Amino acid sequence: MSKGKFGVHGGQYIPETLMNAVIELEEAYNKYKNDPEFNAELEKLNREYTGRPSLLYYAEHMTKDLGGAKIYLKREDLNHTGSHKINNVIGQMLLAKRMGKTRVIAETGAGQHGVATATVAALMGMECEIYMGETDTERQALNVYRMELLGAKVHPVTSGTKTLKDAVNETLREWTARIEDTHYVLGSVMGPHPFPTIVRDFQSVISKEIKSQILEKEGRLPDVVLACVGGGSNAMGAFYNFIEDKDVRLIGCEAAGRGVDTGLTAATIAKGTLGIFHGMKSYFCQDEFGQIAPVYSISAGLDYPGIGPEHAHLHDIGRAEYVPVTDDEAVDAFEYLSRIEGIIPAIESAHAVAYAKKLAPTLGKDKIMVINISGRGDKDVAAIARYRGKDIHE
Amino acid sequence: MLQRLQDIGGRIFMNKLSKAFEKGKAFIPFVTAGDPDLETTEKVILAMAEVGADLIEIGIPFSDPVAEGLVIQKADERALASGTTTDKIFAMVKSIRTKTDIPLAFMTYINPIFVYGSERFIKNSKECGIDALIVPDLPFEEKDELSEICKANDVRLISLVAPTSHERITTIAKEAEGFVYVVSSLGVTGVRSEIKTDIGEMVKLIKQAKDIPCAVGFGISTPEQAANMAKLSDGAIVGSAVVRIIEKYGKDSVMPVADYVKEMADAVHNV
Repeated sequence: MSKGKFGVHGGQYIPETLMNAVIELEEAYNKYKNDPEFNAELEKLNREYTGRPSLLYYAEHMTKDLGGAKIYLKREDLNHTGSHKINNVIGQMLLAKRMGKTRVIAETGAGQHGVATATVAALMGMECEIYMGETDTERQALNVYRMELLGAKVHPVTSGTKTLKDAVNETLREWTARIEDTHYVLGSVMGPHPFPTIVRDFQSVISKEIKSQILEKEGRLPDVVLACVGGGSNAMGAFYNFIEDKDVRLIGCEAAGRGVDTGLTAATIAKGTLGIFHGMKSYFCQDEFGQIAPVYSISAGLDYPGIGPEHAHLHDIGRAEYVPVTDDEAVDAFEYLSRIEGIIPAIESAHAVAYAKKLAPTLGKDKIMVINISGRGDKDVAAIARYRGKDIHE
Repeated sequence: MLQRLQDIGGRIFMNKLSKAFEKGKAFIPFVTAGDPDLETTEKVILAMAEVGADLIEIGIPFSDPVAEGLVIQKADERALASGTTTDKIFAMVKSIRTKTDIPLAFMTYINPIFVYGSERFIKNSKECGIDALIVPDLPFEEKDELSEICKANDVRLISLVAPTSHERITTIAKEAEGFVYVVSSLGVTGVRSEIKTDIGEMVKLIKQAKDIPCAVGFGISTPEQAANMAKLSDGAIVGSAVVRIIEKYGKDSVMPVADYVKEMADAVHNV
């Protein structure tokens, strides 16, 4: 019987070789998720290693400049390793240790998940290998060196489109070859059950904190929560504890690349159709014969042809909205936030900032908006310079 | 010939899968459809049937074949680059069916089937003469996606068991149909110098649960390996080693593939 369904989405569409591994993971997660000792260790690492809770910052200049809703930034960029990815990695790594695994493997797009995995592997003394599309190793060269510095082995993936999708393919292949001692630290709310649920739960600390922080500052819930969406882990984390609060609008910002009507896009909700890939039923950019489409975005972290199954479900039932944001809009927002608040966001997060810039002026000054700044933009500086025609070397 | 192959109605073929295991041990080669083009694939399939293959697996190429090693990944890329589509493959199989009654199976991933429309895909498969369907990313837990449609259309949905399946083997075997595909090794498809898994034990567990043929695949390339696997089971499946020949010879693959398949089939039949 199919497990891990969100409406029609989700499931476990993987080779038989991996089935016992995901069953074992599900059993371990069910055993430890309510275990006081496990949770105490997780909370301690979140607090003392990652630096949680992350700040909820009132973006006063941006608010005044846009002249509409009051804007808060959830500062996941301030986490150790520079993004929200570490929230999930610490959780999965604690599980992996309890399952007796000594080696972890992971895919990475922009490199943020790879860096987080390499970091926690170093902390916990685990062997670590990262799979990254060759194209991404070039546009995020700094992160490759960072992972190596942390003791991880980075494998450039040369198959297919040489980006995030292919990195996931290769990590799945590696997992089927070596399961006994190896845990696959999947980096987003995607893949076969139980990954979408586990990753969501570890990332939901974001919305848990937003909720208590905004109640403390404003005495009420926000009107809008915005986050960028590739696979969708930072968005799922930022949305999760607001799903039952029907008055809170949840907006996921997809990477439209050069535009949803060009061939160069990664906007899955805008352009995708129902399919089954990477272990899950969800929406994918693909052709009429189910061949996965090559996708494009300036952001390596959003350059993925699918979306997590729970997002697909939130879209189906109309609980969350998904909007496309182009490269141009994201780069403008990247520069805008840098200048107006002195905060350089990841180019991924800049997609959410871009849509917030459009939306905020249309909302009244009595409205409250929270943008999840999922990561910091240091890694993107050279690429943005190149986008603007400046040839600088990292 | 056609009259003998076809049922009443003129379009529906009898399922021929069981024929593959009737004469003894089965040799089951695999080929990616459209690599390097469909004309060559058709000739290769007919030649393999001629020289002693008992069942032929026809791979429908997929952009992202996560269970495949590099050799078959590259074959899928070549096939898609040559303009191969699911519809063109159906047309090729239809043509093959007028020339041979060898059992035929499709091997592909769940997405090309699901997106095409599972019912439409399986109906078309049946109509062009396909006997079985192998879907490596459709495990036991998800087989409801296709199993009823396959049953209704008299196409056997093949179950796979892996070295990591352990206690799952019995559960899977009980509901298996046609034959059980025994995955010999961890990892993806591809040639291996040595197969370390206890195949005999896996086959024993399957047969205890259900009286059904078992064929071993993944990693087999030499006649000795094929014979050894056939001794422990009911047949040997060979993919990457065939595809490697096609990679080397392209449109001129028919003869070298036929020579190889004959040698392999003889080794298996002599067990």
